[in-house]
Amino acid sequence: MIAYLLRRLLYAVPILIGVNVLTFTLFFVVNTPDDMARLHLGVKRVTPEAVARWKAEHGYDKPLFVNAAAPGVEKVTETIFYRHSLAMFAFDFGRADDGRDIANEIRTRMWPSLAIALPVFVIGLAVNITFALLMVFFRATYLDLWGVVLCVVLMSISGLFYIIAGQYFIAKLWHLLPISGYGDGIDAMKFVILPVVVSVVAGIGSGARWYRTIFLEEIGKDYVRTARAKGLGEARVLFGHVLKNGMIPILTGAVVVLPLLFMGSLITESFFGIPGLGSYTIDAIQSQDFAIVRAMVFLGSVLYIVGLILTDLSYSWVDPRVRLS
Amino acid sequence: MNVQPVVLWTDALIFLMVGAIVLIATRIRKQPHLAEPWQRVARRPMAAASLIVLAVFVAIGLLDSLHYRERLPGGDPAAPQYAVDVLSAFDALVMPLRTRQEKTYSAPLAIRLYSKEFIERDGVRVRDFPRLQYGGAHLADPRAHLADVLRRAVSGAASGLLAVVAALLAAAAWRAHRSRQSLRAYLAAAARGELDWPARTVAVTLVLLCAGSAAVVSLASGYHVLGTDKVGQDVLYISLKSIRTGLVIGTLTTLFTLPLAIGLGIAAGYFRGWVDDAIQYVYTVLNAIPGVLLIAAAVLIVQVAIESHPALFDTAAARADIRLLALCLILGVTSWTGLARLLRGEALKLSALDYVDAARAFGVSHGRIIGRHIFPNVFHLVLISVVMDFSGLVLAEAVLSYVGVGVDPSMYSWGNMINGARLELAREPAVWWQLGAAFLFMFALVLAANLFADSVRDAFDPRRGPR
Repeated sequence: MIAYLLRRLLYAVPILIGVNVLTFTLFFVVNTPDDMARLHLGVKRVTPEAVARWKAEHGYDKPLFVNAAAPGVEKVTETIFYRHSLAMFAFDFGRADDGRDIANEIRTRMWPSLAIALPVFVIGLAVNITFALLMVFFRATYLDLWGVVLCVVLMSISGLFYIIAGQYFIAKLWHLLPISGYGDGIDAMKFVILPVVVSVVAGIGSGARWYRTIFLEEIGKDYVRTARAKGLGEARVLFGHVLKNGMIPILTGAVVVLPLLFMGSLITESFFGIPGLGSYTIDAIQSQDFAIVRAMVFLGSVLYIVGLILTDLSYSWVDPRVRLS
Repeated sequence: MNVQPVVLWTDALIFLMVGAIVLIATRIRKQPHLAEPWQRVARRPMAAASLIVLAVFVAIGLLDSLHYRERLPGGDPAAPQYAVDVLSAFDALVMPLRTRQEKTYSAPLAIRLYSKEFIERDGVRVRDFPRLQYGGAHLADPRAHLADVLRRAVSGAASGLLAVVAALLAAAAWRAHRSRQSLRAYLAAAARGELDWPARTVAVTLVLLCAGSAAVVSLASGYHVLGTDKVGQDVLYISLKSIRTGLVIGTLTTLFTLPLAIGLGIAAGYFRGWVDDAIQYVYTVLNAIPGVLLIAAAVLIVQVAIESHPALFDTAAARADIRLLALCLILGVTSWTGLARLLRGEALKLSALDYVDAARAFGVSHGRIIGRHIFPNVFHLVLISVVMDFSGLVLAEAVLSYVGVGVDPSMYSWGNMINGARLELAREPAVWWQLGAAFLFMFALVLAANLFADSVRDAFDPRRGPR
């Protein structure tokens, strides 16, 4: 078990290096610091001095890989690659364009993100499974048919529509909840409800339909026929056997996104004014703050790899037939 | 020559793709075992109805892809000057929609502007809602507004109904003649659903579609059917123009996805060993990066590249077009991994089968084995994934435009429409029509695509069997 974990962790290293090299290529080789400076300074004021000053302020004035002018070991350390790319492995993300420390910002902003994403994940899973089981229970009837049609209709609606309609009707017309914002402690509750409800509703269409196919696949298996042959009622078969076995693919599929919940949701957070990592990212993209974007790319891939490892572990946990070796 | 044809990059690729699809379709028609699943798709009422809706969208999109520039009046006939605006055949068709521009917002079918202005009335300056310049301008008496709207809607729908019923009867008469039946017997069979295609659903869909669009056309001749936007442009026009953008993103992206997914996926599964390791490594790395961030990073870079080479593009449309194409490319490069993994698994299974072994023993080259034995057996997966991905891509465009990494802000797209209007709901009274129109059009296209995709999947997936 320990050996397996170690091996998986070692396997993660080349992937992270790959991500790092890719982002480095995208942000520093394809798109040189000079381009970035010009983009930031606008078209009008681009003098070579202004570009040089901007690069110096952001620490982009060093050579990419080898600093021939520097003495000794600084030939390698005083470079953009070392300072801005390798440093990420130590979770040192440097400073954003507004001068704040990115790592610090991430630590404070991940909690609001989690406050939205975790309830959405848990409630969404419960709601989708309930709907899926109901459709499977009434399978091959009109209820099931219209349930599927409703799912297709729901998933054909743009996610933006759910947010905008939710804000407009629930918050603006009926004044049930605040439109957007965030508070501290228990005060945050009233701000969390609307985004959670909207996100759960937006996910029902695709989620319930997907789980329905999983349960239907389970229902065709031999153990279900055995259970029926032994005289078990439909409800017992469904909730006692199919649900349990269907949870294996559902849970293992959900585990991979578990760590990514820290990243929050880009769209939801920015619409509802949640000061989480999602809105942080979207602000960075819109103000073209490449340092933050790079940090989030790295963080996202680390969390994704953690999710992959957790998935493997959860397979062996829920299904004893799977041996980790 | 009064116009100069303009072929944008996406236009060329679209027509190339249409050509390829027509070519493939004619080949499939000749081979019964390939045509059979398609016939099964066409027999499903849901698929037939959604296909008709999709066809309308595609027709508008194709018309909108024939671009040209008008010649400016005057000037030297030897060296003619052309307007900077790039228009399309669709623009020419709906010219009044494009040119009838009001001052600012106006509600659907309104005859007055959304905001008050100082106007002269009987020699006195009063603050009131002014009449629109075009919407309902033919009405001398504003009180006749409702009656006029109803009259136009009903007469439009009625004429559309007449036309489509006449066309359907003519088609039925022809089919009856071909199959040597009386028209009455043929119609009776169709009404009972005894034909080999879903005649009732097709007829109902066509009737609804024609009557509805005829009513809209009749209303549009006197009003702004979906209102006007902030700068007074007709929202119906913008929504219709956005169809092309949605279709381009949904289809051209697959043009970039497929070579990567098919080539790398099959190669990984077939060759195994280090090729497999390398390809798996590449797609794990790509998967590890959060999708939106990778797209955002790439789009920002494309933006920098476009801005630093302004000389390459002679019109704003060409620049927006390159950005659209780049977006498709980026979406393609970031979204091939799922299909590649699927194809790898399938190729792994297939390459262990006896007939592939036999082919190897006969000394058939790798290329031929992949082309003749592996690819045809995974083709259904490719097709299913293409049609399933389409709707997701159309929806993604709106989200990306909101993030600020979507299509060019000057381009007509549903995402840009939503982005521009989402704050206007806070106004009193709310400006809802622009958002509503964008969501409605997007919903219609995505729903039709989803329903069609389901039918295709059911017909092609061998695990699902004929139902």
